[in-house]
Amino acid sequence: MDLVVQEKSLSEINERIRDGSARVVTAEEMPDLVQELGPAGAVREVDVVTTGTFGAMCSSGVFLNLGHSDPPIKILRALLNKVEAYGGVAAVDLFLGATQPSQDRGIEYGGAHVIEDLVAGKQIDVEAEGAGTDCYPQMELETALRLDDLNQATMVNPRNAYQRYNAATNSSDRTLHTYMGTLLPRCGNIHYSGAGVLSPLSNDPNLDYIGVGTRIFLAGAKGYVIGSGTQHNPQNNFSTLMVTGDLKKMSTRFLRAATFHKYGPSLYLGIGIPIPVLNETVARNTAVRDRDITVPVVDYGIPRRDRPSLKIVSYEDLKSGLIELNGKETPTSSLSSFHVAREVAKSLAEQIEKGEFLLSQAVEPLSRIGSSRPMKQTKESPNVGDVMSRDVVTVREDIQVEKAAKLIVSGSFDHLPVVSKDGRLMGIITAWDISKAVASGKIAKISEIMTRRVYSAMLDEPIELAARTLDMHSISALPVVDRDNKVIGMITSNHLSRLLARRR
Amino acid sequence: MLHVAPGIVRHPLIASVILETSALVNIERASIDAVSGEIVLEVPSEKCTEVKEAFERRGVRVVPLEIPVIRDENECVHCGACISICPTATFRFEDWLLVADSGKCIQCGACVVGCPQRALKLVLK
Repeated sequence: MDLVVQEKSLSEINERIRDGSARVVTAEEMPDLVQELGPAGAVREVDVVTTGTFGAMCSSGVFLNLGHSDPPIKILRALLNKVEAYGGVAAVDLFLGATQPSQDRGIEYGGAHVIEDLVAGKQIDVEAEGAGTDCYPQMELETALRLDDLNQATMVNPRNAYQRYNAATNSSDRTLHTYMGTLLPRCGNIHYSGAGVLSPLSNDPNLDYIGVGTRIFLAGAKGYVIGSGTQHNPQNNFSTLMVTGDLKKMSTRFLRAATFHKYGPSLYLGIGIPIPVLNETVARNTAVRDRDITVPVVDYGIPRRDRPSLKIVSYEDLKSGLIELNGKETPTSSLSSFHVAREVAKSLAEQIEKGEFLLSQAVEPLSRIGSSRPMKQTKESPNVGDVMSRDVVTVREDIQVEKAAKLIVSGSFDHLPVVSKDGRLMGIITAWDISKAVASGKIAKISEIMTRRVYSAMLDEPIELAARTLDMHSISALPVVDRDNKVIGMITSNHLSRLLARRR
Repeated sequence: MLHVAPGIVRHPLIASVILETSALVNIERASIDAVSGEIVLEVPSEKCTEVKEAFERRGVRVVPLEIPVIRDENECVHCGACISICPTATFRFEDWLLVADSGKCIQCGACVVGCPQRALKLVLK
């Protein structure tokens, strides 16, 4: 029995990397090794654990320096293959964000696609508008540039490599197209993202090693952690990283533009972080398995910030392809690629074994306390309950069309919600439905002519959501219901237009 | 896939072919509008030729869909976004590499828009 505490220094490990004797495994191989050898044995046997992830990282972009033109231009506004880049940083520095759609092709081609085309060596059309100053007189400029023509192309990503990410499903009755992919109605599928066992931050959950200055694998190039990412939230195991790297050294194998249907462009990036097995704590942390990493399955059918969580599941559950949700076997699929995440971890391991990649000591730890608070909203937007009319007339489904017609005429409204005996919404009938029934000479009960697939709104729903429902289905009124689906009011396009008119 | 010209779109084509051939067909997808009709039928392999000829005699253009969906290997990153959205389970992983069983595809197109890498295309679309 070995009772000596096993420890190594980072410089010892780097020494082994330099002389080619470092022992490197991926984070997928580590759990079994630790189980077999114990944490102390694993410290003796393994020097570095490589992690990897490859998925959509929307919060990404590049700083590009175009060089100075003659006469010189101070660029105010620039289009790169018709994708707008931010010009508010000095004369010929631009920032191109991955999710910016193009002016000609919309979301099918965006900032991420320009970045991928640059890395692929393709030529990019540049159109620039200048400010026109004494020192920068040029007003307009058109040129075509390749990555080699740029002085610098530096990737700087505000939020990458989420430790783990909420899985997504959709309880509503229509298909949703989201940044979590296509979510089928009535919880027809579950989508997830993240590499689980290979996830860099899940292998260093207490941020013992990863810090400011940590050298990383960024899309094939050597990159660095420059700080915690935006929305960094380590208290809840949702840490993120801000990273940088040289675009000129990246490879399209680990950098791919994507488009999420009806959502927008995004950039798939491969990020890998090597973790030195300095002591038993590191060994234990890098022995994390898919089953140890859990995430909530969040309902994107509720279009609010605080979406309800339906179940807590592990990456092992998610990767199995089927999860039981509300008593139903629900298929899962991934948006990030575990196959490429493995390639990242393996490529990084090869570079370290060849002595090409040294590990670095952080110059500053990352914050253990983050912030992912909701937005402070100073301009309050009214809810449906604030603008709806409460004096709603409802009818039962067994009344005659003639009676409904009389109600509509006497009440000066166009819609009658149809309710059950206990007041629950069953359908809706409009003045048009009645006219149509009368015109066809069919005088019947309203249950025969009412619309049963009725859209409704909730009392505490922001009016923006009700307006979106009206617009999407080209209708002009929604019954407002409570939690029990009982009708308590009506909101109409008239209410919304009155509200807008008052704001002016 | 059946392409039905407007002139014969009102005829009970599928019913009469079923009666004639006794083939147990599955209607996977059907869209009929003012100018034409398009129907995707799944037919047991042993009845394929017989059913095809029966439709052709009735003036229907028949295109066999052996590879209904094409995956661009250079674009696909093996993420798997197509797996759970396919109604007929065309896609699956084999050791985290995506494999397609094209024979199952009914050309609904859900995967084409659901693929973030735009790596999937329907044949004849």
